Amino acid sequence: MERSNREYTVGAVEDFMPQIGRVVNAGEVELAIFRTSAGAFYAIKNHSPHPKGGPLAEGIVSGYYLYDPLHDWKIDLRTGEVQAPDQGQAEVYPAAVDGGVVKVTLPAAVARL
Amino acid sequence: MAAEREKLVLIGNGMAGVGTIEQILKLGGAYDITVFGSEPHPNYNRIMLSYVLEGSKTIEDIILNDLGWYEDNHITLHTGTTVTRIAEQNKLILTDNGLAVPYDKAIISTGSNSFILPVPGSTKDGVVGFRDIADCDAMLAAAKQYRTAAVIGGGLLGLEAAKGLVNLGMDVTVVHLLEDLMERQLDRTASSMLQAELTRQGVKFAMGKQTVELTGEERVTGLRFSDGSELPAEFVVMAVGIKPNVQLAKDSGITVNRGIVVDDYMQTSMTDVYSVGECTEHRGTCYGLVAPLFEQGMVLAKHLSGVQTPGYEGSVVATKLKISGVDVFSAGEFTETPEHTVISAKDEWKRTYKKILLKDNVIVGAVLFGDVTESANLQKLVKNSTEMTNEIYDEVMGTSCCGGGGAKKGMSVEAMADEEIVCGCNGVTKKAIVDAVTENGFTTVDEIKACTGATRSCGGCKPVVEQILQFVLGDSFQQSAKQGICSCTPLSRDEIVAEITAKGLKTTKEVMHVLDWKQAEGCSKCRPAVNYYLGMIYPDTHEDEKESRFVNERMSANIQKDGTYTVIPRMYGGVTTPEDLKRIADVSLKYDVKVVKVTGGQRLDLIGVKKEDVPKVWEELDMPSGYGYAKSLRTVKTCVGSQFCRFGTQDSMGMGAMLERKYERLDMPAKFKMAVNGCPRNCAESCTKDIGIVGNDGGWEVFIGGNGGIKPRIADAFCKVKTDEELVEVCSAVIQYYRETGNYLERTSEWVERMGLEHIQTVIMGSDDNRKELAARIDFALAQVSDPWKKMLDDKNTRTALFEQTQV
Ligand SMILES: Cc1cc2nc3c(=O)[nH]c(=O)nc-3n(C[C@H](O)[C@H](O)[C@H](O)COP(=O)(O)OP(=O)(O)OC[C@H]3O[C@@H](n4cnc5c(N)ncnc54)[C@H](O)[C@@H]3O)c2cc1C
Ligand code: SF4
Ligand code: FES
Repeated sequence: MERSNREYTVGAVEDFMPQIGRVVNAGEVELAIFRTSAGAFYAIKNHSPHPKGGPLAEGIVSGYYLYDPLHDWKIDLRTGEVQAPDQGQAEVYPAAVDGGVVKVTLPAAVARL
Repeated sequence: MAAEREKLVLIGNGMAGVGTIEQILKLGGAYDITVFGSEPHPNYNRIMLSYVLEGSKTIEDIILNDLGWYEDNHITLHTGTTVTRIAEQNKLILTDNGLAVPYDKAIISTGSNSFILPVPGSTKDGVVGFRDIADCDAMLAAAKQYRTAAVIGGGLLGLEAAKGLVNLGMDVTVVHLLEDLMERQLDRTASSMLQAELTRQGVKFAMGKQTVELTGEERVTGLRFSDGSELPAEFVVMAVGIKPNVQLAKDSGITVNRGIVVDDYMQTSMTDVYSVGECTEHRGTCYGLVAPLFEQGMVLAKHLSGVQTPGYEGSVVATKLKISGVDVFSAGEFTETPEHTVISAKDEWKRTYKKILLKDNVIVGAVLFGDVTESANLQKLVKNSTEMTNEIYDEVMGTSCCGGGGAKKGMSVEAMADEEIVCGCNGVTKKAIVDAVTENGFTTVDEIKACTGATRSCGGCKPVVEQILQFVLGDSFQQSAKQGICSCTPLSRDEIVAEITAKGLKTTKEVMHVLDWKQAEGCSKCRPAVNYYLGMIYPDTHEDEKESRFVNERMSANIQKDGTYTVIPRMYGGVTTPEDLKRIADVSLKYDVKVVKVTGGQRLDLIGVKKEDVPKVWEELDMPSGYGYAKSLRTVKTCVGSQFCRFGTQDSMGMGAMLERKYERLDMPAKFKMAVNGCPRNCAESCTKDIGIVGNDGGWEVFIGGNGGIKPRIADAFCKVKTDEELVEVCSAVIQYYRETGNYLERTSEWVERMGLEHIQTVIMGSDDNRKELAARIDFALAQVSDPWKKMLDDKNTRTALFEQTQV
């Protein structure tokens, strides 16, 4: 059984429009990838931590915050933490730009899902 | 890693048990927690099953803690697992699927089971209790298939079940052993008023009937009563009572009477094993309502978290029936005996009834029917064994002479119990709001919204939140404290628009930078608003910012809760053709559209299109976008009109289609709806539209500011015109004036009230020049728009970025 983390190349930098999320399926995991206006990339599981769920990719991005498109929860893209008055945690994964391509690392447990 | 923690096991994943765990978490109790539940669901609000049955809530809506909550709090949850024994010797919890989990402390919270009458036939198909999601599902399914139902039991549960089944279209008879409904909560007078009201709502009754047999072969076909009479029924709900679920406790050797016997700290006869909820018997009483169970849980949680607390001493129970239009309330003692002093008031015309019982001048119980505004207050008075005084009498009997409407309102907020839910959508209690005000010094509804979530969803609770603010702050409450359009800026809409024009600001980024926004890139409130204002000010040059658009507008389709989309093609004036219908049908089949729905605005929703299919659906429909998602003209509803209707004096279909073509696609502060009628019979319902048009013999009559949504409002008569040209000019001017002065997200119903009808009339009808200029400005803006579906299909990059999903 594979034990190590798994790195996925999710696309070229220019495949992602600033402040507009994009859905990428990495293995079995549906990710929402965001490129902020400052050029940073974030990867988050495309599933809202709100009890009613729903996607995240279509939310409004402001700095490194994301406003959940269905419930308007404010989520910190760096940590996945939901901001007050709401509470919860979205799953975030490390994303990085490397030679013009965007890479996301999923921990072994998730990559094998 | 954290130090070894004690193991706490909860048996029963219901309201009382999980309520206790929530309290323990809040108090910081340090346990490794495991929860067992027989049902396959996470913790849900059992009370609301009545609403699920009635159709106003779904199962999803009533989930209290979803699986993520258990995960987040590191609670191990075993659903679909029944605990069979607690082995005291080796301190293990044993389950039906062979688990053996060690515990240091255990809580039994197994609730109760529906009591099923032990009469012949009670095990036939089509006989259910009303207890859990499975029962509720069975009832919903039965209603689809059968017509006649009987509910045995005229208590709270039976009546709610009956009303639910009536709402589902069944012919329902409530069978009750006694002559009075809810006899354990209501006196005879209230009970007969209740029966009359429910009869009016379509429930039938068979009173004083004892069921002795359920007839039928495999499946039930009817009831037979002790007097020999029969009642046909294809479906039977037993709601005659509940039985504490004590099997596990019994099998484990714990002392059980009717329920599991506990002391004031919820301790059972077995060391380290506690019990809360309906399965419990405290000082000889088993409770069947949540309030006492939460009180028990609170005491137990404190006890287990090492927080000092007085023991539980029993509860005063109060009942409220959850059937809309039927308000009944009772608390404490309600049957009068010679020892009681009775205060009562019955009003047969208003159908209200109020009774308060005193014992040695102490308030010991109350019954209310029809008007339950005093319920929270009375509950408190009963609970505290308050002595009756003149002041209290005036207050609760509503005979106080002083104080107008305002004072009365304040009173009701004051009398509201701390734990009463003010915001139903977000579960915010009065106490949470009061605390937000007193602890954080908040003075506005918006601040309370940001801190507690109250008013955030439907907004229906806003008046009460305002009242609470007013009540807590007294004189220091100012309704119009200066507030920006959102928490990113103190500037109002008008100030922002003025600055944009004065400083020539061109993008949201620039606006936020120059005007010193607190959050550099704004939030989901101000970004769409500023984007709109820029587009309104510079119709020809502003580049619309997709990233500042709410999902529906960005995608040009309506997102649904499961992430699929609804596509709505235009149907000008609500008129279509067989060819278009055929195309819609073909595309719907090809892309596996889940539901095709006729909307309130006379067009077709294609619901449940997969995100990646959305552009293909547009392409193959090859119709203009219906803008079902947009803050712009949605539809122009029309009646049949002079083309076909025998009453019609004007061509409403033709006019409607023309107006829809003219104004489609243009951004407005909020969604916008119109209607055109051929004559004053008003079949297209002009009175609830932003602009409603009614034809008459000599021309048209225009109404504005109507709304049928959250805050319904009947449109105001605006003007009468003679010709079609005048009509179009007036519509243009009204829409443009609204575009230029409306706050983002402000519907015309609010706009008309804010600006004043007369003011708008003066601006538009008072000066021909003004009107013509407004109309010219809207024509200029209209010349810039294009169909978003077409545009997106031609723009490969955006299309890919927005809709396509890649697999890596
Ligand atoms: C339709 C309906 C409407 C109601 N309306 C109201 C109302 O308006 N107001 C009000 O105050 N109350 C109302 N009630 C009552 C209220 O819901 C209950 O008092 C409350 O839910 C009881 O909580 P509990 O935790 O004791 O039991 P439950 O919520 O029933 O939880 C017990 C749980 O334990 C599980 N369980 C049982 N045995 C085992 C075992 N051996 N192993 C593992 N799990 C087990 C069961 O599956 C169940 O999920 C209503 C109830 C119903 C059914
Ligand atoms: S409003 Fe008048 S013209 Fe239009 S359908 Fe009704 S009756 Fe006919
Ligand atoms: S009740 Fe508060 S927002 Fe709906």
